[in-house]
Amino acid sequence: MMSINERQDELIEEFSMFDDWMEKYEYIIDMGKDVSGLTEELKSDDYLVRGCQSRVWLIPAQENGILQFQADSDAIITKGIVGMVVRVLNNSSADEILKSDLYFVDKIGLKEHLSPTRSNGLVSMIKKIKTYALAYSAKAI
Amino acid sequence: MVKTELNIEQIRKDFPILHQEVNGKPLVYFDNAASTQKPKVVIDRVADYYSNEHSNIHRGVHSLSAAATEEYELARKTVQDHFNAKFDHEIVFNRGTTDGINLVANGFAKSFLKEGDEVIVSELEHHSNIVPWQMACEQTGAKLKVIPITDSGEWIMEDFHNLLSDRTKIIAVNHVSNALGTMNPITDVIEAAHSKGIPVLLDGAQAVPHMAVDVQALDCDFYVMSGHKLFGPTGVGVLYGKEEWLNKLPPYQGGGDMIKTVSFEKTTYNELPFKFEAGTPNIAGVIGLKTAIDYVNEIGLDAIADYEQELLEYGTEKLSQIEGLKIYGTAKNKASVISFLLDGIHPYDAGTILDKLGIAVRTGHHCTQPVMTRFGIPGTVRASFAFYNTKEEIDALYEGLLRVKKMFS
Repeated sequence: MMSINERQDELIEEFSMFDDWMEKYEYIIDMGKDVSGLTEELKSDDYLVRGCQSRVWLIPAQENGILQFQADSDAIITKGIVGMVVRVLNNSSADEILKSDLYFVDKIGLKEHLSPTRSNGLVSMIKKIKTYALAYSAKAI
Repeated sequence: MVKTELNIEQIRKDFPILHQEVNGKPLVYFDNAASTQKPKVVIDRVADYYSNEHSNIHRGVHSLSAAATEEYELARKTVQDHFNAKFDHEIVFNRGTTDGINLVANGFAKSFLKEGDEVIVSELEHHSNIVPWQMACEQTGAKLKVIPITDSGEWIMEDFHNLLSDRTKIIAVNHVSNALGTMNPITDVIEAAHSKGIPVLLDGAQAVPHMAVDVQALDCDFYVMSGHKLFGPTGVGVLYGKEEWLNKLPPYQGGGDMIKTVSFEKTTYNELPFKFEAGTPNIAGVIGLKTAIDYVNEIGLDAIADYEQELLEYGTEKLSQIEGLKIYGTAKNKASVISFLLDGIHPYDAGTILDKLGIAVRTGHHCTQPVMTRFGIPGTVRASFAFYNTKEEIDALYEGLLRVKKMFS
């Protein structure tokens, strides 16, 4: 199984094919459309990560010490990025997630989306994932 | 009447910020309802003030202080003339619209509101003309009453008249809606309110960049605005209040400048307008605002209004050609604001791509969540025009939106 960093590097490799922002965003939009997303009933306030403009929903699960997240957003670009974060972090242990540094966002030229001022819920989502990881990791002890 | 034609090319030269590229594309700045850009004269005036004239104002015995005080008080005169206030002491400088509303709401909570009283706002208000009144109501047990709006984004006047009662203590509404651009029928509201002896506060934040405002002709009791939306500096604004009302209101903040005498037993307050200007004010901001007002008046607000209406008509017509684009806010009288959604495309997505094309619009709820709730939408994309914008820029927005549509289809 690939590590978090291997999965990040794989994404960076995929994005290196694109010459301009248009192609990059088209790829993110395509990924956003491909994310299976959540059914309407799961998009409840319980799973809502509050961002100012686009909303993100995040559902955690754990099996045999391995964490899996399902995520969705009402904005496609956010959904595409959220999908990438989940792809990178899923199938990892809580400790691996806690130690992870998500450098891929910057490396693929999407740093602006990690800025808190963009208010797209992504920053809050990553915080939330780490909070879940921390909770699972504490339970494991 | 002969219309004055604006020389837009010349005007654009006055605004240094407009001549830059964003993401490799010429900047198209359509976020004027959030904040307007500053002409070079304003930027230079603020720099010059700090370079050559700065000192704290009032009570200084030295020359710099006296000169700075004179400039500051001259600015008050300019604002008085600009809004045609009866007295210069009816002009209170503060941090902006939000600050002005909080001052009045606070004063009403302290002195006039009690349990069972009512405050009327409208469904079109910016959060800053809702929350301070909610807080005042919470403190006093008064109730907030809301004028509802139609599908076109206009107040339902029949409902407004029905809301008026002996319990109504103040009406606080916007002159022009920031989210939809609706120019509200404020004269009708003021007339109806005054026939029952109820004071009216107008949130003029979105009106002052687009039209000449005469507070005496309007006969409003309070008028609030922000300097940064009138091509002036940020962090400075104006509260106009009729003398009798400002005298009746208690001080908002305590501190320097707002006192006559201080002892530990009893402090007496300064007279208007200083009673409401505690602490060292934004002197440079006030002086910069004066220059901004002079600048706007030199161009002429009537000519500005005519040209902006032309942009609004052109933009509305152009954007309406895009299939699946819906404009929110279709009132007969509108300021140069177009709020819209592309079918099935989240405003955040549209705004992100437009930004990549160098086009600055605002996306989201525009601090008017009740309006968005009213229309059942998460937010809109809002393009708001100022007199330095052009039809070519609207064409760029049109092309940008076609691209957005293609990318998300």
